[in-house]
Amino acid sequence: MGKSNNKVDQYRRRFLIRAAGQACGAALLGVGLITFSRQAHTLPATAIRPPGALAEQDFLGACVRCGLCVRDCPYDTLKLAELGETVTTGTPYFTARDIPCEMCEDIPCVVACPTGALDKGLTNIDDARMGLAALVDQENCLNYLGLRCDVCYRVCPLINKAISLEPQHNLRTGKHTFFIPVVHSDACTGCGMCERACVLPEAAIKILPQRLAKGAPGQHYRLGWEEKQKAGGSLVTPDTEHKYNLPEGYQYDYEGRGLIKEDKNTQTPFADNPLDTLNKRQEQKQ
Amino acid sequence: MSVLLRPGAEAIASKGWWRANQWLLLRRAVQLGILSLFLLGPWLGIWIIKGNIASSLTLDVLPLSDPYLLTQSLFAGHWPETTVVIGAVIISVFYFLVGGRVYCGWICPVNMITDLAAWLRQRFNIKGGARFPRQSRYWILVMTLIGATISGSLLWELVNPVTLVYRGLIFGMGMVWLLLLALFLFDLLLSPRGWCTHLCPMGAFYSLLARYTPLRISAAGRERCNDCMDCYAVCPEPQVIPPALKGAEQGIGPVILGINCTNCARCIDVCSKDVFKFSSRFSNPTQSSSNTFKQSEVLS
Repeated sequence: MGKSNNKVDQYRRRFLIRAAGQACGAALLGVGLITFSRQAHTLPATAIRPPGALAEQDFLGACVRCGLCVRDCPYDTLKLAELGETVTTGTPYFTARDIPCEMCEDIPCVVACPTGALDKGLTNIDDARMGLAALVDQENCLNYLGLRCDVCYRVCPLINKAISLEPQHNLRTGKHTFFIPVVHSDACTGCGMCERACVLPEAAIKILPQRLAKGAPGQHYRLGWEEKQKAGGSLVTPDTEHKYNLPEGYQYDYEGRGLIKEDKNTQTPFADNPLDTLNKRQEQKQ
Repeated sequence: MSVLLRPGAEAIASKGWWRANQWLLLRRAVQLGILSLFLLGPWLGIWIIKGNIASSLTLDVLPLSDPYLLTQSLFAGHWPETTVVIGAVIISVFYFLVGGRVYCGWICPVNMITDLAAWLRQRFNIKGGARFPRQSRYWILVMTLIGATISGSLLWELVNPVTLVYRGLIFGMGMVWLLLLALFLFDLLLSPRGWCTHLCPMGAFYSLLARYTPLRISAAGRERCNDCMDCYAVCPEPQVIPPALKGAEQGIGPVILGINCTNCARCIDVCSKDVFKFSSRFSNPTQSSSNTFKQSEVLS
């Protein structure tokens, strides 16, 4: 290496080292930030995204934290997470127990979103899936105790579709009926009306993210009774009809009607006097 | 003699206090004015602008969006709606015309805090501290974009003081005050003008919009310069001044072409000889294209 080149080389060397230093510094900062983001991006289960929000990971890449959805929410449901809150800073959310989503028909929050973090494809609010109501506390729910509270059912904007009351026999009293609130995931939007309305000091019914509120059946599972209906007949052959060992002229309806006399005019095989029955048998044998 | 005086003292003596501070005052008025427009809604219910500087809607028709945030979003892998794209294009064209880093000097609220720190440093003669290379901000800019891809999110928005402060003032500060205090102390005690002119990737992004900006400050009266150094003392990016101010002999024109000049015009204020004025990049009589390249490239 010539002496004349030495100076240029040294300059180049210094330049490269400086640049590498800056790049490494920035990269270190980046590693720290990404590590931090893993924690900062965990959404608490009680924080619910506005209707139409993309899946959480996509949402965090799409939302520019401008707050236009918050501004156009007529019920002050939505708010932006402040620095220090457990929700990712600047992103919109609501807490169902405080102010639930009123499910506006024109969905102003989605209309206001400039980026598509709230999906413009959502035009019918009933299609929103902000979360899923789950009756998490079956020990304290008044309806589970046999009372007729029904408040969650009554306030549901999709009454009888998203929540229905299913009668069940109350074995404790032996003569009453439980009216069990059942949430149907094919209709529940996760608006949170039920959670806010729950009369208990701590709601027994809560809006949870779908991933927490819902199980998933095995992909190979088939419900036999549904498959049978689809196919118009049993898939397991031969599907022989079950036969009850019944007296002549009788049927048994296992779905509730029980023992049925086929023709009311036919004589009962059991006469009032048991001796008559025995005599009849004797006659038949001869 | 002027070394003993505060920067701008000579200008005040020769031009009067108002003229020696007119651009600074105008700049603060714009910064606070735009912030007030945003605050009119939440504070008084007068909704001229909704949203915040990340993205906003003016008078229910005009969408304005930050191109840096949109870029982060693109790097995070999101295909945006047209509204935010239109908003970002409008903003980009505006800053292309007036100078990218006008955003820093005339809009960004953090600028007021770091300017205060810089002023206090001068006032109380605080010397020394860590000095980061000015190119660091570009590396950090690259990092924020790669980080957006890796994390699939607007990574920098977790800590970006500019949007945090603006959003905080409009939607609720939370712990942003602490962040501001940290930033102020960082600039005051740890690193002179450390944040805005060395590290902030947002400023770096906006500087890239200024490559061919027409509106520039020119040292048009550079032959009158008496080397008082006041412009260097107040300039947040003093490296942009020398080629324009002292380049006459090398045939470099008087227009300041460094992409990091924020067009804050404080140099116009503090110069008692009226060397500087607003001008355009095309009013460089002696300048050849190779010089344009040299000046903006080397001194960014």
